[in-house]
Amino acid sequence: MALEAMDVGGLATIQDSGRKGWRRFGVPISGPMDVFAFRAANALAGNPSNFAVIEIGLGDMTLRALQDCVIAVAGAGYNLSIYLWEFPLWSSFFVRGGWTIRFNKMDDGMWAYLAIAGGIQTQPALGSRSTYRRGAFGGLEGRPLRAGDRIPTGKPLHALGSLAARTLPIEACPSYSNGPFIDIIMGPQTKYFNNKSIETFLSSEYSISLTSDRMGYRLEGPGLTHRSNAELISEGITFGAVQVPASGQPIVMMADCPTTGGYPKIAAVASADLPLLAQCVPNKSKIRFQETTIAKAQKKYRKLMNSLESSILEPE
Amino acid sequence: MTFKPKIAPLGDAALLIQLGDEIDTPVNQRVHALAAILDASPIEGFIETVPAYGTLLLHYDPLILTYAKISKWVRAKLEHVEDTELRTPRQVQVPVRYGGEFGVDLESVASKCGLSVEDVIQLHSARTYTVYMMGFTPGFPYMGKLDDAIIMPRLQTPRTRVPAGTVAIAGSQTGIYPIDSPGGWQLIGWTPLQLFDPDLESPFLFSPGDEVKFVVEG
Repeated sequence: MALEAMDVGGLATIQDSGRKGWRRFGVPISGPMDVFAFRAANALAGNPSNFAVIEIGLGDMTLRALQDCVIAVAGAGYNLSIYLWEFPLWSSFFVRGGWTIRFNKMDDGMWAYLAIAGGIQTQPALGSRSTYRRGAFGGLEGRPLRAGDRIPTGKPLHALGSLAARTLPIEACPSYSNGPFIDIIMGPQTKYFNNKSIETFLSSEYSISLTSDRMGYRLEGPGLTHRSNAELISEGITFGAVQVPASGQPIVMMADCPTTGGYPKIAAVASADLPLLAQCVPNKSKIRFQETTIAKAQKKYRKLMNSLESSILEPE
Repeated sequence: MTFKPKIAPLGDAALLIQLGDEIDTPVNQRVHALAAILDASPIEGFIETVPAYGTLLLHYDPLILTYAKISKWVRAKLEHVEDTELRTPRQVQVPVRYGGEFGVDLESVASKCGLSVEDVIQLHSARTYTVYMMGFTPGFPYMGKLDDAIIMPRLQTPRTRVPAGTVAIAGSQTGIYPIDSPGGWQLIGWTPLQLFDPDLESPFLFSPGDEVKFVVEG
């Protein structure tokens, strides 16, 4: 037990790399909205890439360290202060037992990740510690964190002194912005849409609806028209799939999305750019989509993720 | 059986294999056969498959596998689907109390179909159904096909809460709500069986491909 939640103003959930192997039974993968920031937080804290962290979104959060520990914070949307000082994100910190850790929500960005050296060690459900609210399992009692929660943590794998004050330079991070160009791979149901709609989708600006959540980002912009059928026989869907229901307004499936869906998918967001989309702010960010190939998308994702660990700067 | 299998990417971390384009038991059985073949000898980077009516979605790790490699692997496996002997599906019996407190739509279903309540119960419990796929909420089985005489549309306005264990029908399908959740299907009964318990080693009562028989309980 190294951390206690003192105040939770938004949505704070425990997430690991996701619940794999149960999607055929209808269990979503869950896990972090921004997988890059999630992995960065773990790497900075000296953890393996699948350890559980706290995902903080939609409002302020204050925690208290119950013992000396090293934490790392990555992501966007927050100002971080520890005890008396403000710190930048994308770094690791030594925290004395008793100190408070404050996350203040800012206008730009959505999700921050707090990793602790040794990881968060709640009881796994279906092989994962990720919180799935709808199913009420994973994380701490299947629910978001609230004030007073004591969060079980594991033993650090390395000496604390060797883990603090490490940083990830901005050049190694995705180019988070309020006006990102998001790479997409078209299909598999592109033929459900007329040519004009495909052109519209690829040339228009979209914003994110306030009704968006961890299940899906509802886009608002020029409507798309189905050739005839706005429904198909249900089939598997995935994080990043862009479904278009009869309304013509696309919905991007996010971490807690259902495993299957019955709307045509015009495209899917490239893995490397899902973090950019996840950090876009409802009613503020302006998104544009651009087509890429699978080979390019996979190369970009591998480069982004594989260079993470080696880009970390040790303290001088 | 003239449908030629199609492979298409869904983004850079999943691919969709389509074996048919209708709700049809033989096509669905081939989907489950293909899932079994792929799951039995996974290559590194293969994560899992999600069977649906006529499609199988394959999730893979793009840090390990390229699309070219995984699609080639799938194509090679597809050649075996036609001559794979279908495994005998697991049979699951489900006791149902039709009507009553939970089967609130049973009488209106009967009257809209021009049948007696007893006829609907008889028709629903006479057939053996296939679990075509699971989805919607953890453990929800989409089963079919219903007898044509009891095909009913979804409700105009979904209910905000349907209790766990409620047996329902919609279109040519029947299902059971595993957890309390919103629901738009017509509710005809209730089973005391627990469909989902995350703390059990086998958390789910059903698996995709199972055969299910409803047994009338007094």
